[in-house]
Amino acid sequence: MTGVLFDWHGLRLEARCSGALWWPEGRWLIVADLHLGKSERMARRGGALLPPYEAEDTLRRLRDESAALDPRAIVSLGDGFDDDLAATGLDARVVTELAALARGRDWLWIAGNHDPAPAGGHLPGRSLEQIALGAVTLRHQPQGDGPDISGHFHPVVRLAGARRRALLVGARHMILPAFGQYTGGLAADAPAIAQWVPDGFAVACMHRALPVPLR
Amino acid sequence: MEQVQNTSVLPPAFADWFARQGWAPHPHQLALLGAAGDSLLIAPTGGGKTLAGFLPSLVELADGWQGLHTVYVSPLKALTADIGRNLARPVADLGLPIRIEDRTGDTRSAARQRQRTDPPQILLTTPESLALMLSYPEAPRIFGSVRRVILDELHALSESKRGDQLMLGLARLRTLSPGLRATGLSATVEDPAALARFMGGAQVIHADPGPDPDIGMLATSRAAPWSGGGGHYAVPDVLAAVRGATTTIIFINTRAQAELFFQALWAANEDNLPIGLHHGSLSREARARVEAAMAEGRLRAVVATGSLDLGIDWGNVDLVIQVGAPKNVKRLVQRIGRANHRYNAPSVARIVPANRFEVIECVAALEAVRERDLDGDARGPGPLDVLCQHILLTACSGPFDADALYAEVVTAGPYADLSRAEFDDCLNFCATGGYALRAYDRWQRLMERGGLWGLRDPRAVRDLRMNVGTIVEAEMTKVRWKRGGGLLGEVEEAFAATLTPGDTFLTGGQVVRYESLREMSIEVTPNLSKEPKIAVFSGLKLAMSTELSHRVLALIGDPARWEALPQDTRDWLALQAEVSAVPHPGTLVAETFPHMGRWHLAVYGFAGRNALQTLGLLLTRMMETAGLGPLGFLSTDYAMLIWSVDPVTDLAPLLDRAALREGLGEWLADNAVMKRTFKNVAIVSGLIHRNVPGGRRTGKQATFSTDILYDTLRRHDPDHLLLRITATEAGRGLVDFGRIEEMLDRSPRLDHRMLDRVSPLAAPLMLEMGRVRIEGQGRMRLAEAEAEAMMAAAGLRLDGGTVLDLSDLPAPAAPAAKPADRRPRRSRPRTVPLPR
Repeated sequence: MTGVLFDWHGLRLEARCSGALWWPEGRWLIVADLHLGKSERMARRGGALLPPYEAEDTLRRLRDESAALDPRAIVSLGDGFDDDLAATGLDARVVTELAALARGRDWLWIAGNHDPAPAGGHLPGRSLEQIALGAVTLRHQPQGDGPDISGHFHPVVRLAGARRRALLVGARHMILPAFGQYTGGLAADAPAIAQWVPDGFAVACMHRALPVPLR
Repeated sequence: MEQVQNTSVLPPAFADWFARQGWAPHPHQLALLGAAGDSLLIAPTGGGKTLAGFLPSLVELADGWQGLHTVYVSPLKALTADIGRNLARPVADLGLPIRIEDRTGDTRSAARQRQRTDPPQILLTTPESLALMLSYPEAPRIFGSVRRVILDELHALSESKRGDQLMLGLARLRTLSPGLRATGLSATVEDPAALARFMGGAQVIHADPGPDPDIGMLATSRAAPWSGGGGHYAVPDVLAAVRGATTTIIFINTRAQAELFFQALWAANEDNLPIGLHHGSLSREARARVEAAMAEGRLRAVVATGSLDLGIDWGNVDLVIQVGAPKNVKRLVQRIGRANHRYNAPSVARIVPANRFEVIECVAALEAVRERDLDGDARGPGPLDVLCQHILLTACSGPFDADALYAEVVTAGPYADLSRAEFDDCLNFCATGGYALRAYDRWQRLMERGGLWGLRDPRAVRDLRMNVGTIVEAEMTKVRWKRGGGLLGEVEEAFAATLTPGDTFLTGGQVVRYESLREMSIEVTPNLSKEPKIAVFSGLKLAMSTELSHRVLALIGDPARWEALPQDTRDWLALQAEVSAVPHPGTLVAETFPHMGRWHLAVYGFAGRNALQTLGLLLTRMMETAGLGPLGFLSTDYAMLIWSVDPVTDLAPLLDRAALREGLGEWLADNAVMKRTFKNVAIVSGLIHRNVPGGRRTGKQATFSTDILYDTLRRHDPDHLLLRITATEAGRGLVDFGRIEEMLDRSPRLDHRMLDRVSPLAAPLMLEMGRVRIEGQGRMRLAEAEAEAMMAAAGLRLDGGTVLDLSDLPAPAAPAAKPADRRPRRSRPRTVPLPR
C-alpha cells in the first residue's frame, strides 16, 4: 500500500507516499512546489552552482507516479518553476521530459508566488490562477474559509525521530508537501501553517504513506 | 640542540633594555634574531617564545618603516589582544616608531577601513582575517612591503584546515612581497621536521625544554562519580587549591561543562575569591573583561575552555587544573605549560578526572607525560575544499593567471604535492561547478577573459567574503537581556529552538529565563532562584589518541596495576569483572543487554572515537542485513553502543572482516556521518553559503538541507570533486578502517556477554551525547507503530483497511480538545533533510 484513501468535501482522494495527491474518479494527479530551475536561478544571480540535476530528479519521481497511475490530468499547484525566467531557461532535456510527460493528457499550471505567469505558452499545458474540483478550489496558497487544496508551505511532521514531508488535511484546507527536489520544509505546527490547518491529520511520506493525527 | 651564544646580533639599545628588565636574552631568542631564512622555534610555553618571534621585527623597525612590515597570525582573537598589550611595553620603553594594530573578526569597521589605506607596521591577525584581507583589490599594496610573517601556535593551527588556509595565505604573501621571512612558533610537538615542512621548509630551532613539570592528580575528598563530565564532586578541593595558589587556570573540555563548573564553584565560594569565566561563546566584551582582569592580576582563578588553551601570557599563573580527561597527552603537556611562565621553574598542574572511567585515562596520561611519550597523528595533504575557497577569494582580489596561481599554491607546505590536474579540478569547480552535465556555461562563477580568471558577477564578492573560514560551527543564536539589550553570549540554534517562554538555562555563568525570540536573538531576564535547564553547547569532540587508548586498555586489563587507581575505581572494575568481564589486551569484550525498551550492544574496542564510529556504521549495516532493526549508535574513545529493536545474540559473524569491509562502500557513503562531512566540505568549498547578505540563513521552507545535495550528487555525478574530497576527509578523520583492523588484529578472542541489565562499564555510555541515527527498517517499524498508536489514541481508523474514516475528526473550532499537558512543540521553521 503506497497511499492513504480518504473522503474530503465530497471527493475521494488518495495521499500518495510520493507527496502527490490522486483523485481517482477524474484521474487527476496533483503535485505542489516542483520549483523546477532552482539551481539555474541561483547561478544566474551570481550565487552558488548547485548540482544541476534537481529538475531531472523531480521529473523522474513525477514520471514514476504518472506511469503507476496514468493520469488524465497533471496539476502543478503553483511554484512549478523557481521563477518565470527559470521556465524559459530550462535545460533541453528537461523540456523534452516535460513534453513526454504531458503527452496525451492535460497539464494545468497553477500560478504560484515564484511563478506568477508559469509556462507562458512555451511549455505544454494551460496556465491558470486557480481551478475548481467539485466544491473544492485548487490554488497555490490557502484563502479565506476554503475549502481549498494548496501547497506553498512545504509542510513536514516529526515521526520516529525525524522530520518527514507530509500532506496536511484540516477541516477547510488541505496543504500538499513540496514535490521538488531542492525544497526545504516547514513544521506543520509553525504558526504560518497552523493558522490554516489547526488540527486534522497528516499523511507522512516515508517508505509508505503513514497517517497521523495533527495536534 | 642548537644554541647561539653570540649576543652581538642584539643592537645595544635592545641589549640595554633587556638588562634594565633584569633579563638575559634566551639563546633561542638570539638564534632567531641571527637566522638567515625561515625558522621554526620549538619552545615550551613561557620560554619567551613570542618576544623571540617579534625581536627581529622590532630590531628592523627601529629605524622606521613605511607601510606594513610584520604580519603576526595567531589562532585566537584573544591572543592578538594579549600580544598587543605585551609588545606595547618594549615599544614604548625603546621609543620605537611602530604602530601595532590588531585585525580580527572583532575589529570595528572604521578601523578595518583605515587599515586598508594606512596599514600599521605590525598587524596582529587570525588566519580568517588574513584570508579576507588578501581578497581585497588593495592586497598587493597593503602587503607588498611585508618583510616578516610570524605564525604563532603553529602546532595548533596545523591540526586543522585553518592551518591549510593560512599556508595558502603565506604563499600569497610570498608572491606579493618576495623575500619575506616566515617564523613559526610552536609548543613541544612530536615531529618538528613535519611541522617545518608544513610551513614550506624552515630551520628548526629548539629552546631549552626546561625542568620536568610537577604534575599529578588532585587529591579529592570524595570519589569520582560513575559517569558524567562535570567534575562537580571536586569543587571543594579545587577551591582549596585555588586558595593555596596565586593564580589558577581551570581548564574544562567543553563550554557547557565550563559554565556548570563555574556555577558550582561560585555556589561554594564562601571566601568570595575572584573567579572568572572564559570561553568562546561569551560576548567579546565579557571575554575582554576577563582577559584584562587576568592580566592585571585581579583574578585568583579563571575557568576556561580551549579559548585559553593557547599561549596567552598570564604572567603569574602558578597552577593549572585540568578538569576532565585531557584526551591526548600532547594537549595535556601544552596545558600544563600554561602554569608558571617564569622560565626554568617547573609547571604545577593537577588533574581532576570527571568520572571513574576518566580516572583510568588520567592515570595513563600521567604515565605518558612522565615518559615524555607524545602522541600525534600524521596529517595528510592539504584538503582541496580549502583550495577551492582560496581560488574564489583570490578571484575577489582581481583576475589571476591559472599557471601563476598553481605555481604559487605548490609553494605552500600542505600543497607541495598537489598535481596540476587536482588544481584544475578545483579551478573548474569554482568556475562551472565541475559537473559532468555542463549546465552553467552561461552562468559561470569564474570566467576566463584575456587569459585571466575573474568573477563573472561582481555581486559574488560580498557573498564570498562573508563566508571566509574553514571551521564550520553549529548555527548560534545570540542571547540578550530583554531590558537593557546587552549581549550575554550565544547558544546553539538547535538548543534555542527547544526553548519555550519561562524555561531557564545557564549561559555566561548565570541562570536566565527565556522570554522571547526577537530578530534572531533570544531575549532573557535574570533568574537566580531556579535550577537551570542546561545549555547544550557543541563541545569539540576530541578523539583519544591511539597511544593513550592502548595505555588505558593495558592498565584496565592488568589487575596487578590497579594499585595506581583510587579505591573506588578499583571497586568499579571489580564489580564489572563480577557481573561481566573487564576488557584486556588480546580480548574484545562486548555486552548485549536490554535498557529502556531497546536492546543495546556495547563493544569495548579501545580504538578511539573515530574508529569506533566507523565500526558503529559498519556493524549497524550488518545488523540491518540481519533484520535486527538497528536504530542508532554512539561511540566514545573506548566503546561503541548500538541500540536496536532486536538483540544481537551472536556477534562473531557480524565482526567478519571481509563482510565489514564490504560495507565501506555503499553503506558508508549513505550515512549521517558522511553527510555531516559533506556539509562541511560544501560550506568550505563555497558550494553553499553559511552567511548571506542581510542576515543569516533561516530555516524557512525555501532553504533545504545539504543532505539533498549529497544524495543528488551521488546519484548523478558520483565522481564529483566534492564527493572525492568528502571521501578523503571521512577516510582520514571520521572513518578509520585501519584502526578497526588493528583492533581486530590485537584482539583475537571475542568475549560476548548476554546481560539482563546495563553493566558498570556500560553505564557511562548511556549518558553520552553525539548519537548517530540509523534510517532503516527498524526506524520504519518504529514509525509505523508510532503512527498507529497516535491514530488509535485520536480515535481515527482506516475504514475496511483502506479508507481513512474521518467521522471522528475533531471539529475545527474545538481547540479545547487538545491535550492540556502537552508542551507546545518548537515552532521555529527548520531546514530538514527529506528522505526520498
